[in-house]
Amino acid sequence: MTTTIEPPDLITPEQPGGPDGHAGAPHHDAGDHPHHEGPTGILNWLTSTDHKVIGKSYMITSLVLFFIAGIMALVIRVQLSTPSSSLVSFQTYNELFTMHGSLMLYLFAGPFAFGGLANYIVPLQVGAPDMAFPRLNALSYWLYLGGSITMLSGFLVAGGAASFGWVAYAPLSNATNSPGAGADLWLMALALTGFSAIFTGVNLCATIFYLRAPGLTMFRVPIFSWNMLVTAILILIAFPVLFGAVVMLFCDRHFGTHIFTVQGGGVPVLWQNLFWFFGHPEVYILALPYFGMVTDIIPVFSRKPLFGYKGMVFATMSIAALSTGVWAHHMFTTGVVLLPFFSLLSYMIAIPTGIKFFNWIGTMWGGQISFQTPMLFSVGFLFAFLMGGVTGVLLASPPVDFMTHDTYFVVAHFHQVLIGTAVFAGFAGFYFWYPKMYGRMLRESLGKLHFWGLFIGFWVTFMPQYVVGLKGMPRRVAAYLPSNGWTTLNVISTVGAFIIGVSFLFFLINLWVSWRNPIPAGDNPWDGHALEWFTTSPPSHHNYTHLPPIRSERPTWDYNHPEHRTIHSGKSTPSPEPSPDGEKVGAGS
Amino acid sequence: MPTSVIAVNAFTTGSRAEPNGSDRPATGPATAPDGAVRGGPRRGTGRPWRRWAVGLAVGAPLVLAGCNAYPSYGASRGATSQGQDTFKLYSGMMTTGIIIGGLVALLILFCIIRYRKRSDEMPRQFHENIPVEILYTVIPVIIVGFLFAFTVITENKVDAIQPVDASFTSTGQPVVNITVTAFQWGWRFDYPGLNVGVAGETTNGPGNHGPQMVVPVGQTVQILLVSDDVIHGFYVRDFNFSRYALPGVENRFDLNVLKTGTYPGQCTQICGLYHSEMLFSVRAVSPSAFLQWARTQRASGNVLPRSGTSAQDLPPIDTHVTNGSGYNTPSQAKGDQ
Repeated sequence: MTTTIEPPDLITPEQPGGPDGHAGAPHHDAGDHPHHEGPTGILNWLTSTDHKVIGKSYMITSLVLFFIAGIMALVIRVQLSTPSSSLVSFQTYNELFTMHGSLMLYLFAGPFAFGGLANYIVPLQVGAPDMAFPRLNALSYWLYLGGSITMLSGFLVAGGAASFGWVAYAPLSNATNSPGAGADLWLMALALTGFSAIFTGVNLCATIFYLRAPGLTMFRVPIFSWNMLVTAILILIAFPVLFGAVVMLFCDRHFGTHIFTVQGGGVPVLWQNLFWFFGHPEVYILALPYFGMVTDIIPVFSRKPLFGYKGMVFATMSIAALSTGVWAHHMFTTGVVLLPFFSLLSYMIAIPTGIKFFNWIGTMWGGQISFQTPMLFSVGFLFAFLMGGVTGVLLASPPVDFMTHDTYFVVAHFHQVLIGTAVFAGFAGFYFWYPKMYGRMLRESLGKLHFWGLFIGFWVTFMPQYVVGLKGMPRRVAAYLPSNGWTTLNVISTVGAFIIGVSFLFFLINLWVSWRNPIPAGDNPWDGHALEWFTTSPPSHHNYTHLPPIRSERPTWDYNHPEHRTIHSGKSTPSPEPSPDGEKVGAGS
Repeated sequence: MPTSVIAVNAFTTGSRAEPNGSDRPATGPATAPDGAVRGGPRRGTGRPWRRWAVGLAVGAPLVLAGCNAYPSYGASRGATSQGQDTFKLYSGMMTTGIIIGGLVALLILFCIIRYRKRSDEMPRQFHENIPVEILYTVIPVIIVGFLFAFTVITENKVDAIQPVDASFTSTGQPVVNITVTAFQWGWRFDYPGLNVGVAGETTNGPGNHGPQMVVPVGQTVQILLVSDDVIHGFYVRDFNFSRYALPGVENRFDLNVLKTGTYPGQCTQICGLYHSEMLFSVRAVSPSAFLQWARTQRASGNVLPRSGTSAQDLPPIDTHVTNGSGYNTPSQAKGDQ
C-alpha cells in the first residue's frame, strides 16, 4: 500500500456543492423521500431496488426469524430442564432443534449480515450509489423471503417439519427414513435461500470491485467491506455445492436415484463430504462479516486507526482459504477421513484468528475507549469468541474430538462461536449503524441493559453445557436418565437461556422507544471513520451528493480531524495537538 | 507454555512506547515507525498490572498443574488405555488453552480498564508495529506445531488396532472380537469367536437402559462397528471415545479396558425418533468371569444369529494400522456386499 499523499492542504471538496455543501442539513429531506418518481408506501417497498430498502427488509425479516428460532430454543431448554419432560414429544423435539438450527444458521446469521447490514452499508462504505445489480438484489431478497416461508411452512404439513438436524445426514434424510413433505420443503428452502445468497455474493463482489469511489483503492476499503468481499467469494465457492447436494438428495427422495443409499450402490458419507464442503466455509460466511463489524467499531470507539490493517486483510483471506480445506474435521469420527491433514489445516485457522485478536487488542491499546452500546457488544464479542475459539482449537484434535463429538461440549463450543459473532458482533453492528439507517439514536441505557442481560445469560447458559457434555450428554436428545447426573447443569443452562430471552425484551423496548420518541442522530454520532458517516442519516436516495477526499481507510475521520489524518508509508503521525473539534462534519447531537 | 509468555512480553515491550501518546501529546513527529521504542517504560499503572496479569495467567494453571500433572477439567480420566491417552492430550490442551486464552482475556481486560476514556485528548494515532505483528504471527505457528505433534502422537496410539481377525496379540494375549451393529433403535453385540450374540431394543418400555456389552479387562477388544440403517454414534463417556456406525462402512477400533465396572453408553448421532433412548452399557469383568458369562449366554440361547448378517460375512478390508481409524473406502465396502 503506502501511497504517498500530498501535503495536507486545506481540504476543499472538489464535488459540486461547494465547501459547505457537504452532506449536511440541506439534504436531510431527501433521506426519507427519495427524489425519484415512483410509487410510495407499500408499493414502494414491494418494488424498490434501493439497497437501503432491501437491506432493511432483510434485517427485519432475519430478526423476526431470529426471534422465532430463539423461542424454539427456549422450548428446547425447558424440555431439557427435567430428565424426561413431557412438554413436547420426541417428534416435536426433533423438529424444534432442526428448525432452530436451520433458522439460526441459514436464515438469520448469514442473511442478517450479508443481506441486511452489508447490503445497506457496503455501498455506502465504498461510496457507491447502490449495489451493482439493484434488480438482482431485489430478487435476492424475495427469494430469501420465499425460502424462509417455505422452510417454516414445514410445520403446517402432515408429518411435521424436517426433523433430521440442520445437517440432514443421509440416509436419515432419505424418503424411507424421513417421509413427508416437511423434509422436501426444507430442501426447497435451502435451494431458494442458497440462490439468494449466491446472487448477493455476486452483487457484493461487483460492487466492491467496480463501484468504489475515486481514491478508494482496495487497501483503503474499510475492513467490514473487505470481509464482505471475502465472504462473497466464499459464498460463490460454497453455496453451489450445497445446491448440488440438495438436488442430489431430492433426486434420491423422489426420482429413484441412489446417490446416498447403500442399497442402490450409493455412498451415504458422500452427503457429509458435500455438505461440509459447503458447511465449513459457511461457518466463516457467518463469522467473517461479524469480524468485519467489530473491526470497524473498535477503532471508532478507541479513537484510533485500526492496528494492523493489512494484517487484518491477509488474516481474513487466510481464514477463507483455509476454510475450504477443513470440512472433514466435522467427520473425524466417521473413520473414513484422513485425520492428520484435516487436523493440521483446522489448527492453522487459529493463526490468522489469533492475528485478528491481537490486532483488535492493538487497536484498543493506548486509545481513549468509550463504552457506548456498540463498543460494549464488541467487547462482549471478544470474550465470547475467545472462549468459543479456544475450545475450537481443542476440537481440531481428532482424539479430543472423539471424546467430545456430538456431545454438549460441541454444542457449547459452536453456540459460543456463533452467538459471539452473529449476536454479540451482529448487535454491535446493529447498534452502531442504526443511527445511520434510521436517523435516530437507540437509547444507551436500554442498550446497556440488553448487553448485560445477554452477556450474563450467555455464560450462564453455555458454560454448564461444556461440563454436561464432558459428563457425556449427547446433543439432540429430548430426554435423559436422572441417574446421569445432568439435571442440575441443565437447569442452570435453562435459567441462562431465559436471561438471554429477557435481555432481548430490552432490545425490543429500545426499538419501540426510539420509534415513538426519536432522538435525532445527526450524520455522524460516533465520530465515525469510514465513508458512510459522511452522508446524511438516513442517506439520500443515491447516497452521496459529494464525497470527501479519500486518502486512507478512514476518509470521514481525515476530513473531520485534518490534524490527525491517517498517514501510511512509514511516515510518522503529525503531532497530535489538541484541537478545537468544533467543526466536525455532521457532528451529531 | 513458555512460548505464550514470550508472546505477551513481546507485545507489551513493543507497546511500551505507546502510552506516551495516550497521556500527553507527543512533542513532535516521531522519527521511527509506530511502535518503535520512544521513551522509557511507563511507571504508572501499566507495569504492575501487566506483571500481575501475566503472573496470574501463567501461575494459576501451573499451580493447578503442580497439584496434578493432568487436571481432569470435568472429563473422565478414561477407563481404557486409549481413553487415558486421549484424556492426557485433552488435559494438556486444556491447560494450554487456559493459559493462552487467559492471557488474551487479561490483555483485553487490561485495555478496557487502562485505556477507558479519561479525557478528550486525542490518543496517538499509531496503526502498526511490524516486529510485534510478526511476533504474534510466528509464535502461534510454533504453538500450533507443538499441539499438532502431540495430537498425532496420541492419535496414533488411540487409533492403533490389532491386525484384523487376529486371535492373539503379538504378546500372546487373546483378542476378543465383537461386532457391534447399530440399528433403529438398539444395539446388537455379536461375539463371533464365542458364538454369543446379545441384542436389545431401546423402545421396549420405560426403565429399559438398553443391551449390555460385556468385555474382559486387561485384554484387547476389537470392535467392528456397522449399521443396519442410518448413521448412529457409538459413544462411551468413560472410554473418551466415539465412532460413527455408518451403513456400508466397517469401522474397527480397539479397546483395552483397564478397570472393571459398568460404563453407560449412548447413540450420539441423531438417528430418528427414539435417538434419545438408544442406550447401552459396557460391563467390564475379569477374563474368567467373561468366559463364564459367555457360557451362560450360550446356554440361555443368546447365540449368533443365522449367518448372513451384514458385517460378519465380509472379507477383511484394508486397514491402515498406523494411522488407525479403520480406514476403508466406501467403494470397497459397497463392492463387498
